[in-house]
Amino acid sequence: MIRTTNLTFRYQKDSPLLTFPDLECPAKGQMLLLGESGCGKTTLLHLLCGMLQPTQGSVHVRGLSLGEMTEADRDTFRGRNVGIVFQNSHFLQSLTVLENIAMPAFLQGVSFDKREGFYLLEQLGIAHKAHDRPRDLSIGEQQRAGIARALIHRPALVLADEPTSALDDSSTEAVLALLERQAEAADATLVIVTHDQRLKNRYKNRFVLTNQAQSK
Amino acid sequence: MKLSWLFIAWRNLGLKKLQTALSLVLLAFGVGLVSLLMLSEKQLSDTFKRNIEDIDLVLGAKGSPLQLILANVYHVDAPTGNIRLVDAEKVMRHPYIAEGIPLAYGDNYRGYRIVGSTEAYAKHYGATLAEGREFRNSFEIVLGAKVSDATGLQIGDEFFSAHGLQDETDVHAEKSFRVVGRLEHSGTVLDQLLLCTISTIWEVHEEYQETVTPEDREITAVLLKKRNPLAVLTIPNAIRETNMQVALPSIEINRLTQNFGIGMGTLRAIALLIMLISFGSIFISVYDNLLARRYELALMRTMGGQRSGLFVLLLLEGGLLSAGGSLLGLIFSRMGLMTLAQLVEDKFRYDWSNISLMQEELILVVMAIFIGLVAAAIPGISAVKIDTSRTLSQSQ
Repeated sequence: MIRTTNLTFRYQKDSPLLTFPDLECPAKGQMLLLGESGCGKTTLLHLLCGMLQPTQGSVHVRGLSLGEMTEADRDTFRGRNVGIVFQNSHFLQSLTVLENIAMPAFLQGVSFDKREGFYLLEQLGIAHKAHDRPRDLSIGEQQRAGIARALIHRPALVLADEPTSALDDSSTEAVLALLERQAEAADATLVIVTHDQRLKNRYKNRFVLTNQAQSK
Repeated sequence: MKLSWLFIAWRNLGLKKLQTALSLVLLAFGVGLVSLLMLSEKQLSDTFKRNIEDIDLVLGAKGSPLQLILANVYHVDAPTGNIRLVDAEKVMRHPYIAEGIPLAYGDNYRGYRIVGSTEAYAKHYGATLAEGREFRNSFEIVLGAKVSDATGLQIGDEFFSAHGLQDETDVHAEKSFRVVGRLEHSGTVLDQLLLCTISTIWEVHEEYQETVTPEDREITAVLLKKRNPLAVLTIPNAIRETNMQVALPSIEINRLTQNFGIGMGTLRAIALLIMLISFGSIFISVYDNLLARRYELALMRTMGGQRSGLFVLLLLEGGLLSAGGSLLGLIFSRMGLMTLAQLVEDKFRYDWSNISLMQEELILVVMAIFIGLVAAAIPGISAVKIDTSRTLSQSQ
C-alpha cells in the first residue's frame, strides 16, 4: 500500500511550492492519477518512489517512510519494491531487450529467471524481439518492453506514467490486463498517470490533480 | 543469463566502435612506441656491453677510432687496415698490458667472418665447446653457434672461403677449411664468427703476398686488457710514431649511444605525446558516453542501482580501454622489434629476438591503466552526482 500525508515540494528556493492532497491506495488497489500537463503529476510520481524528497510531509510505501531512509537504502528499496513504467521508454542501448529486462535483478543482486522474462515478453506479444536492440523496436514495442521491465521483479508498487499513450486499442487492453494481473499476483498497488480517455472509464479510483496545486 | 558491470561496460564500448577503436589505436601506438624504444635500447646496450666486457683498449691501424671498435669488437664494420705483427707484439709485451688477443681476418663464409686468433679469444668471452675440439692446426675451424645454425655446417665438413667480409664473389678455391668444433651459444660476437689460427689467415693470402718474411707478417687488431690504469695514457704515446692507434671501446660506444640518444629522446617525446592524446581520447570517449547516456544512468538508479555501481561502470570502461590499448601496444612493440631484429640480423648478424617482457614495460602498462582509470574517474564523478529525477523529467 501507499500513503502520503501533507506532501509539499519545491524544486528550488524561489520556485513555487507544490502542495499535494493526501493520497492513499491499499495493496492490490488501483488508482488513476489525472490532471492537466504541468500540474505536477510527474513530480508526484517521483515523490512516491523516493527519487525526489518532499519539502514537507511524508510518503509511506508498504508502511515504511521513505523520508527516514538513507539515499542508498531508498535506491535499494525502490529497486526491490517499485516498478516504474516511463512515458518514453528508455533502455540501455548497448544491451538486448532481454538483457534490459534482466537489469533490475542484476542491480538488486538477485538471480534472473530467463523463462520468466520470456513469459512476460510473450504476454506482451514481443517475445520475438527479446534478442533485438531496443532501438530496433517500434515505439509501441518499446513501451511494452518497458512494462515488462517494470513488472519483472514483482514490485509492491507499480507506477506507470502514460503507459498506453503509444498503444492501439487492442494493445492497450492487453497491457492494462497484464498490469492489473501482475499487480494482483504480487499484491501490488498500481498507480497509473494518464490523459488517456480509454482508461478513465476503467478505473473508479481516480485522484485528480488540479492546477491549483501549483498556484500557491 | 548473467549480467555484470564488466559485461555492460564491454557492451557500451562495443556500441561506439569507432570511438573505442580510435582510443585503442592511439594508446596502442603510444605504449607500443615507448615499449619498442625500451626494448631496442636494452637490446642495443646489452649487445654493446656483453662484447666490450674486459676489453680496455683495442690496438689497430690508424683511422676512425669508432670504426676500429666496430670492426674489431663487434665485427660490423670494415677494419681500418692492417698492422705489423712485430709492432703489435711490442705493445702486447708492454708492462702495463696484462693480456693481448691478436685478431686477423679478411675472409668470409656466406657473409660470416673467418677470424684468426688464439684460444684466448674464445676463453675471453667464456665460450665453451658444444662439440668437437679447439682448432690446433691451420685450416681447422671452430664454428660460432649462429654460424652453424645458419649455414648448416657440421663437424668434418669442408668449405672454401671468399675474400672480403661480405660477398662470395671471390672464392679462394685452392684451400679448403675443415670444421673441427662448434661453440655453445654465448650471446656474444663469437656466435657469428668462424674461428681459426692466425697462420691460417696468412696462408690463405700467401698467393697475394709473394715474399712474406716474418718481419712483414700482418694482423688486423689486438684486443688489450690493461694491467695498470696508466696504460690508457702511455700506450698512445708509445705508438705515436707507428701506423697504429689504440681506441677505448667504452668511450667510443658512449659517444655512439649519445648520438643515438638524441634520436631516441625525440622518439620518446613523440611517443609520450601520443600516449597523452590517447588519454585525452579515452576521457572524451567516456565523457561523451556519459552525456549521451545520462538517461540510462538515471534509469539504472530508478531500478535500484547505487551511485557506486555507476562509478564502477565508467571506471571499467576507462580501464578496459587503457588495458586493451596497452596490451595491443605490447603486441605492436614486439612485432616492431621482430622486424627490427630481422634487419639487424640481415645487416649485422646480431640476434635481437629476445622479446620477453621487461620490468619497465610492466611499470609502463600499470601507469597507462592507472591514467586511463583517472581519465574515466573524472566523468565518473559527474555520473555519481547525477540528479535522477531531473534527468528523467528532462528527457520526457
